[in-house]
Amino acid sequence: MENIIEKYLTQFRESTESLNGNSVSGIHKLRTNAIEKFHELGFPTTKNEDWKYTNVSVLNNFHFRKSPVQNLDKSLAEKYKIPGLDAELIVIVNGIFSHELSEISSQPDGVVIGSLKSAENDLLNAHLGKYSEINNGFTALNTALAGDGVLIYVPDNTVLKKTVHIIYLSGDDNLNALVQPRNLIIAGENSRLNIIETYHSIYGNETLLNSVTEIKCGRNSGVKLYRLQSENNQTFHINLTEAHLEEACNYSHYSVTLGGRLVRNDTNIVLDAENSTGNLYGLYLTEENQHVDNHTLIDHRKPHCQSNELYKGILSGKSHGVFNGKVFVRKDAQKTNAYQSNKAILLSDDAKIDTKPQLEIFADDVKCSHGAAIGQLDEQALFYLRSRGIDEANARKILLRAFANDVFEKIEDEVIHNWLNEIVTERLK
Amino acid sequence: MLKINDLFVSVEEKEILKGVSLEVNKGEVHAIMGPNGSGKSTLANVIAGKDGYEVTSGEIIYEGKDLLDMDPEERAREGVFLAFQYPVEIPGVSNATFLKTALNEIRKYRGEAELDSREFLQYMREKMKLIGIDESMLSRSVNQGFSGGEKKRNEIFQLQMLQPKLAVLDETDSGLDIDALKIVANGVNTFRSADNAVIVVTHYQRLLNYIIPDFVHVLVDGKIARSGGKELALELEEKGYEWVKEGEAV
Ligand SMILES: Nc1ncnc2c1ncn2[C@@H]1O[C@H](COP(=O)(O)OP(=O)(O)OP(=O)(O)O)[C@@H](O)[C@H]1O
Ligand SMILES: [Mg+2]
Repeated sequence: MENIIEKYLTQFRESTESLNGNSVSGIHKLRTNAIEKFHELGFPTTKNEDWKYTNVSVLNNFHFRKSPVQNLDKSLAEKYKIPGLDAELIVIVNGIFSHELSEISSQPDGVVIGSLKSAENDLLNAHLGKYSEINNGFTALNTALAGDGVLIYVPDNTVLKKTVHIIYLSGDDNLNALVQPRNLIIAGENSRLNIIETYHSIYGNETLLNSVTEIKCGRNSGVKLYRLQSENNQTFHINLTEAHLEEACNYSHYSVTLGGRLVRNDTNIVLDAENSTGNLYGLYLTEENQHVDNHTLIDHRKPHCQSNELYKGILSGKSHGVFNGKVFVRKDAQKTNAYQSNKAILLSDDAKIDTKPQLEIFADDVKCSHGAAIGQLDEQALFYLRSRGIDEANARKILLRAFANDVFEKIEDEVIHNWLNEIVTERLK
Repeated sequence: MLKINDLFVSVEEKEILKGVSLEVNKGEVHAIMGPNGSGKSTLANVIAGKDGYEVTSGEIIYEGKDLLDMDPEERAREGVFLAFQYPVEIPGVSNATFLKTALNEIRKYRGEAELDSREFLQYMREKMKLIGIDESMLSRSVNQGFSGGEKKRNEIFQLQMLQPKLAVLDETDSGLDIDALKIVANGVNTFRSADNAVIVVTHYQRLLNYIIPDFVHVLVDGKIARSGGKELALELEEKGYEWVKEGEAV
């Protein structure tokens, strides 16, 4: 174990010169602190309450390291484009922003859609690490070692017309790639911004993708973030996405997990001022030996905010799901409206789910509700459909798609809705 | 069309049907009556192919084929239809999508062309008028939030849409007000033809005033205790099931 940690420390010493922030900048200090934190914490163990159901010790079996820059053919990214979506395209290859593969149109004054590595230091100093806390080894490692990622900056009163599509292509056929994108998204006052992140594998070797995305929503802004995880069964995907909302914002997060050997999503929304809304919708389909852990946190810090959370899982094979939904309603956060629901269908006897809703309410004038339901496919409904001539496979598909429907209903963008619907329905065989 | 020979069926080791024999020919309507728990729904469910029933002996021959050998969907495609006593609610699946899928699967099986959306809509509107189904009901999820009567009406609507050869109606009359009863009966009567057959499971003579049966059978404790013409239903109404049971003992 000590040995494994040492390997990451060595990587830090070797690469520190090439990372942003020279040795005197604030960023360098952030990184140095982070690597110390990583040294201290290591990867979490199941003794840690937040990692009780997700055992990451398998990561110690591999020597994950930075993959050399690869020149990929343009056609590779092409096939992951979303048909009919007018998008600014960013392609991240093994965590590194690919200028060759990305296609970004010219932007109005002040808008930045680009690589984190080439970001101005002032901007980084002002925001990086401000909307995420280093509370485990993964965040620490990302902060210490992330070489690149996406920076999106939308100034006040600006509407980004096109959706930003970030395609992550990860994997290396010669080594176990350590892929650590670090993204920073700043939405100014009265701005509008839609982002879709899609994650894919390009090689079969075990890969550790450890990403951190920090989002700052300025007053009265509207931000939507969609994430599709569809990597192969050799990928370990650990992600933290944290959004901080100022006054009267609307932030919606949609998470669709189809792939990955082990997936852990920490998705946090901090309602830091009044009259804001945070929406968190998730759908995960697991099979074989997949493990998907969704940890969510909605932190109501101020009054008159609302949050809606809805997660649905369909688990088959020997797969294992975890849902842990924390909702904090702080003392100040009167008139909070918080709704959480988490449902799962287990399609096999060996599939398993651990769920834990966690409501901690310190204000007294609030409306909070949460519900959880775990069940099997409704056999009565299945028979009903079959008795009308629909074959069993199709009937199952119809029922599972119906189960997922209330998550789909939340996806307003028609192109993304239909595209995800097709992918998910295809997967429901 | 349908020949049930000495059928024994158990559920969870408990014997429910104890030697049922019944023959139904094209153009006929058979009514099955009988006390609660006598096995009427069991018989209907076994015909439709529901899981959980063990046929310990006997056979069901449908159109010359071994019905018990077929999957539920195959039976449906071959023309067997069950109007459920308790139709299931299926949230998230719209009534229209469900019916279009079902109809096209059946048409495909029969070697007929699938209906496109426009053709389907036209066909559906015709049938809706017949059963008095409101357009709004079709965009709603299957049976979800439907009243008891609406659910039953929806079953007959499906009967009309799918045009099976053998329709088994399991207490389709229960929970219907008098107007709905007439509409449902009318739905069944317009369906009737010389080429199909109907089995009506009911507790009440009332329905049989509208759907006039050729034969009435009384199922008691898993056996057909008595069979007769339509006047048997009237007699039952008057004298109750005890009368049949007594008759059985004689
Ligand atoms: N899944 C089951 N498990 C155990 N017992 C069952 C099951 N299904 C049916 N039975 C029993 O079988 C018997 C016959 O039931 P069935 O539903 O066929 O009666 P029925 O004649 O339709 O009655 P009703 O007029 O009340 O609808 C009843 O005693 C019932 O409790
Ligand atoms: Mg019954």
